[in-house]
This record gives sequence, structure tokens and C-alpha cells, in this order.
Amino acid sequence: MEIPYTTQVRPDTGLTNPKLGIWLFLASEVMLFGSLFSAYALLRMGAETWPDQSSILSVPLAALNTLILIASSVTMVMAWASLKAGSLSKYRLYMGLTILGGALFLVVKSFEYSEKFSHGLYPRTDVFLALYFTLTGLHAIHVICGMVVNAWLWGPGTRMWADHREQFTNRIEVAGLYWHFVDVVWIFLFPVLYLL
Amino acid sequence: MTNDVAAQVRNYLTVFGALLILTVVTVAVSYVHLPTTPAVALGLTIAIAKAALVAMFFMHLNHERRLIYVALILTVVLFAALIGLTLWSETDHVPGTRFGPW
Repeated sequence: MEIPYTTQVRPDTGLTNPKLGIWLFLASEVMLFGSLFSAYALLRMGAETWPDQSSILSVPLAALNTLILIASSVTMVMAWASLKAGSLSKYRLYMGLTILGGALFLVVKSFEYSEKFSHGLYPRTDVFLALYFTLTGLHAIHVICGMVVNAWLWGPGTRMWADHREQFTNRIEVAGLYWHFVDVVWIFLFPVLYLL
Repeated sequence: MTNDVAAQVRNYLTVFGALLILTVVTVAVSYVHLPTTPAVALGLTIAIAKAALVAMFFMHLNHERRLIYVALILTVVLFAALIGLTLWSETDHVPGTRFGPW
């Protein structure tokens, strides 16, 4: 069965279906993370006291994670550019690096979490930690889901390159849009949770 | 690689450099320990600049179709309403309690 408008644009929207679809999905994700950020703002402003965030959380580790995710965004867009230029092997290299970046991010995150737990700091400890674990936990779940999709596109998904090159390239572009969004969320999480 | 893609790749690496610099700036500014309001304003401004770079260049929003722009502008408006209305509710005074405007 041929999926319609995966390479041709729809006459009424001027876009391929996947492109429009992913952007609408990302718009809904903005509202999801947006509501949690507004909960943070509301709870912090209404609180009588608020802990010094940078003394509880590790700024150097989070800064490292920021650099890791930004780098993985670069390798993700390079993976797409490699397919545009017709090179599957370059694509595999860059997509592999993107997945590696995601894995490194999660390793650092799990180290951060286990460090908190070993000091008796849990989501139930106070409002700030509840927000911290909820926001970064939801973000980490998004990273995991992105990695699963990227891993499939790195492995079995490449079968499509054989006879539907443009459609496969568009798939990588769409996966890339999701991955960049996950990066953008972290770009906001880092200053809000660690630095302010 | 074709020249077109090579030029795009140069762009991506330049943007990467800018993002690295802005990350360093964000961390450096946090060590200055500004009072809360300017700290929040500055932190969010730098974050918005970084997000804009990712959106424009990595997500190709610098040459996207109008319908995407319309959807995103609507999202921004609704997001601003979400934050704005939530924070505006903070100014409601609840009689007989200590909950009221800042």
C-alpha cells in the first residue's frame, strides 16, 4: 500500500504529510512541556522559600549534557545532509553518533539521579525536587523514544534506501525535527532548573 | 557532496559554534549571581536565542512553508496565554488567607 504524499507535496498545504504531521505533533509537545514549565513558575513564585538550585544539582554535569545534546543535534542534521548528498555510509556514521549522543546523555542523567537517591533526595522530598524529577524524567523518556526510532532508522529502516531514496530521506528529516525539539526542551530545562 | 549541501553543512557547523559559545555564556552569567528578575530575563533570553538558532537552521524554519509558520505562531500565542493566565492568577487575593499578590 502506497502512503500518500510522502515525497509529493499536497496541493492544498504545500507540504508532505509527514512534515505537516510532525510539526503539529511538536506543537502539542510545546503545550505539554509548557504546562510543566508554567507549573514551575507558579509554584516557585508562590513559595515562601526556594532552595539554591545550583547547590543541589550539578551544573558541570548538566552543562556537559547540554553540549552532548547540541552535538547530537548537529550529527542528526548531518545524517540528513549525507542522505541528500546520496551517501548511505556517511548517514550511518552520523546517525550512529546521534544515537551515541543520546546514550551518553542518559548515562550522565542516570548518574545524576542515582547520586540524588544516594543522598536521600527523592521527588517526594520537596517541591523543587518534585519538579526537577518530573521535568527531566519526562524529557528523558522523550530522549529514549527518539533513540528507539533513530536506532530503527539506522538499522532495519535503511531497507527503504534501496528503492525509495527520497521517502527515506524525508523520514530522517522528520526524525530529525523530533530530535531537535528534544534538544530545544533541554536548552530551556538547563537554565531554568540548574542556573536560576 | 554537492556545493549546495556543502554550503548547508558549513552553516550547521557555524551554528554549532554559536550554540557552544552561548552555552558557555549561560553558565558564566550564572556565576555572577544577579538578583532573580534580571537573572531569569537574561537566562531566558539566551535560551530563546539558542532555541531560535536550532529552529531556524537545524529544523529548516528559515525556508519553510507558510502553513508551518501559521501553526507555530498559533502555538506561541497559546503558550504565552498558558503562562500568562497562570501567572496572572497569582494576583488574585483569597480573602482570609495569606495567598495574594506578590
